[in-house]
Amino acid sequence: MTKSSNHQLPESNLSASVIAAEKQLKKTRMLLLAPGILIILLIGILPLSIVLTYSFMTPGDYGGVKAEFSTAAYVQLLFEEDIFDETFSFTSSYLQIFGRSLALAIFATVASLLIGFPTAYFIATRTPETRSAWLFMITIPFWTNLLIRTYAMLLILRDEGAINLGLMKLGLIEKAIPMLYTNFAVCLGLIYAFLPFMILPIYASLEKLDFRLVEAGFDLYANRFKVLKRIIIPLAKPGIAAGCILVFIPSLGAFITPELLGGGKSLMIGNLINIQFGSSRNWPFGSAIALILMALVLVSLMIYVKRSGEKGASAHG
Amino acid sequence: MAEMTASVAKPVTVKAVDLKHQPGFSVVAWTCLIVLYAPIAVLVLFSFNENRSVALWTRFSFDWYVKAWNNEGIQNAAIISFEVALVAMVASTIMATMAALVTTRTAPYRGLNLAVTIINQPLMVPEIVTAVATLTFFAIIKKATGVTGLGYLIIAHTVFCIPFAYMPIRARLEDMDLSLEQAAADLYAPPLKVFRRITLPLLMPGIMAGAMLAFIVSLDDVIITLFVGGPGETTLPIFILGQIRRGVTPEVNAVSTVFLGFSVVFVTLIFLFGKNKK
Amino acid sequence: MSANTSKAAIDIRNTSKVYGKSRVNGVVALDDVSLQIRDNEFFTLLGPSGCGKTTLLRLIAGFEQPTQGEILLFDHHLEGLPPYKRPVNTVFQHYALFPHMTVSENIGFGLEMQGKADAEIHKVVDEVLALVQMEYLANRKISEISGGQQQRVALARALAPRPKVLLLDEPLSALDFKLRKEMQLELKRLQLDTGITFVFVTHDQEEALTMSDRVAVMNEGQILQVGSPKEIYDHPARRFVADFIGDINILGAEILSSDSARASIRLSGGFETSASLPDQSDALSGKVSVAVRPEQLEFIDDQESAALRCKIKRITYFGSGSHYDLETAEGESITLRQQNRLGGHRNYEVDDQVNIALNEGSLQILAD
Repeated sequence: MTKSSNHQLPESNLSASVIAAEKQLKKTRMLLLAPGILIILLIGILPLSIVLTYSFMTPGDYGGVKAEFSTAAYVQLLFEEDIFDETFSFTSSYLQIFGRSLALAIFATVASLLIGFPTAYFIATRTPETRSAWLFMITIPFWTNLLIRTYAMLLILRDEGAINLGLMKLGLIEKAIPMLYTNFAVCLGLIYAFLPFMILPIYASLEKLDFRLVEAGFDLYANRFKVLKRIIIPLAKPGIAAGCILVFIPSLGAFITPELLGGGKSLMIGNLINIQFGSSRNWPFGSAIALILMALVLVSLMIYVKRSGEKGASAHG
Repeated sequence: MAEMTASVAKPVTVKAVDLKHQPGFSVVAWTCLIVLYAPIAVLVLFSFNENRSVALWTRFSFDWYVKAWNNEGIQNAAIISFEVALVAMVASTIMATMAALVTTRTAPYRGLNLAVTIINQPLMVPEIVTAVATLTFFAIIKKATGVTGLGYLIIAHTVFCIPFAYMPIRARLEDMDLSLEQAAADLYAPPLKVFRRITLPLLMPGIMAGAMLAFIVSLDDVIITLFVGGPGETTLPIFILGQIRRGVTPEVNAVSTVFLGFSVVFVTLIFLFGKNKK
Repeated sequence: MSANTSKAAIDIRNTSKVYGKSRVNGVVALDDVSLQIRDNEFFTLLGPSGCGKTTLLRLIAGFEQPTQGEILLFDHHLEGLPPYKRPVNTVFQHYALFPHMTVSENIGFGLEMQGKADAEIHKVVDEVLALVQMEYLANRKISEISGGQQQRVALARALAPRPKVLLLDEPLSALDFKLRKEMQLELKRLQLDTGITFVFVTHDQEEALTMSDRVAVMNEGQILQVGSPKEIYDHPARRFVADFIGDINILGAEILSSDSARASIRLSGGFETSASLPDQSDALSGKVSVAVRPEQLEFIDDQESAALRCKIKRITYFGSGSHYDLETAEGESITLRQQNRLGGHRNYEVDDQVNIALNEGSLQILAD
């Protein structure tokens, strides 16, 4: 289509009416976008800068902040001040919470992947009617209230809960196994909460899979595991990556799950933040933690974007 | 003759390996499904248990539902939940519709990607961070203006509902052929009439789906409501959370079951609206 | 038939359409195009996909604005005007019928938007339905009618508001062969009956030749030639036009002398004859290409007066005629087509050496 022509197109020879029409279009565009964009900027994005500012201030006496610059919040993450001799000593208690959150989020992601991939594969290889039914069934918990679902998990895991009572009735155990208020319970809760987030993207990837490729691969490898490893999984990588990030990020910032299932013993970042804005009345510290969480999420997103960009390139190789 | 029949070998049947069936996958899938629904099933089941215990089944009973219905705390919480959700739904859907119209089916323009990113921003920030940020911001405003009220909570809900309303509307819009609106313009319809007579009627299923999604997301919210809501602004999930902290009661089971039932109905409706396209 | 008045219904002046930031980086869909379409004319824009014909149509309709240039409708400037302010209507390639309205409501839509009274809308809708012979479908939903019927409804919808110009964007491409042929006649009849200027876009050269009063052949954003079907076919000015419309033979030749309309030429094999010159400003000299249609070639017995001596490489029989692939003594490939009339000619066979005569009047020098 681009054919060089003898005639030179002048820089701008648009007639006035054409320019006017384009201006009108731009105006309408701005008008329609404005309310949504403005409110999100104002309520969603601007306040983040307030949080940033607060993290560098001093706690107010009754909550809130005092307008005094201080880096105490960040120091507090790693160091404890001895009130008597005003020396600082390293404390790992907060690091532990960060570590636990990362560990639990990773565990939950891996477990979700191990459960979610076969499930997604299974669904993708059913007939279209069966598929719809399965997807519908998997999607419903996705949209029901997270609090209620976590509560239901709590009911099951309690000492007086279904699992323990069931095991006792069967005579397999004598005393209840304490499952609640442990890291295990929280991890289970996270998996339970976010598993559909892993299944759906992987399903979306696998659904597009041309099984003739898979069968051709089977001709090559003659071993179903190799085919799985060498052909199916690489083709499903975009879905797998998306599923992982969709489980990891909410798990990292989870609040309800550790609140209900972890008690005070298995704190995650979310609980820590909540305490600062509640009983501890340390808004700057809470802000600092929130910012660090935000940073961790952004780093994870960047890794994801970078890796899926690379994979996208190599997939077309 | 004998040699000939001998040399005609029996046809070898190669067993076709069905790669659609991987060993163990169906077990995992079914287990997954069962485990996904088991806790909910237990919850629902025991909401009908006459006995207070959530493990020993005595008799079927609607008692707890009656109790829950008459519980004033639950009544107030339900009313507030619906108020907030309704307003947030309407406001977010309107804004999302306008934004979708301008960001879909259009040649790329400067700021388009930025606009879409901003619209989806609430989805990208962890809810607790948003809760903290909104709380601090509103605290400042409350102090400065002295204005309080449910409005703050409604605004906070509206903001995170916008991307949820946006998604189905955008999806529906992308399915709609621009040539229909061009034909209308070609037939002397000015832009507003094109929107009212062509775009809007055809977009309606998407708008409905978006509105319902926004409604359910607002109804379900816990974290932001926990931080931003003040005393007297208790929504149903917050009420339930409080009850759970105090101890497990069958009333909570009853309310939870109703909540769940509501969600299921809603999701089914959204699903059907999505199917009901062209 | 061809309009006697030379009043331009549509006047396109030096119009370009560039997509993208600049000419260098962007896509040039239309490159400095100028054209005049007469009133009451069936005018066709013909060319391969990507040539710019649809872009030009859209510029007239108002769905896009020109990057440069002017578009006038009966001397009124259209640039900058949105589609709803232009008294032109379009029949879309995929019809674009409103799925949530009935056939009548679709057809009456334009009149409704013009603010006409209900009674008048009813009357016109009935008239137009009769015009396209679809009265019985008035209250059907769009989803209930067939593709061919949808096509007629789209036509009716565009005609109902009595536009000055009707634009048709490859409206027959989705129809099967038989229906297509029917609709070609139908459209021609409608144009004659209504007297509305039709601007028709197609890539099917046969369609263009059968229906049009005049044709504009386009390629790569430029108009290569405008003329009646006969002019385009008999006297293609450019190689692309010659090649795109029907089959063509291209021979190498040298110009010996020329005047304003014709030139004496010598073919590669030495035969001297004359040919038509193309309409254009630059004078041609030296080596040129000469086009001649396969059906204008003739077998003759006399070797002396033959223009070309060729060997038959292949014969294709297609019932009503035969196609001969020939190779000249100089190595050029040409084709000859002949009707299979009983007793009309000798039976030829592959590898025969034959003599070919050229009719001077059928030779056309190409500008490129």
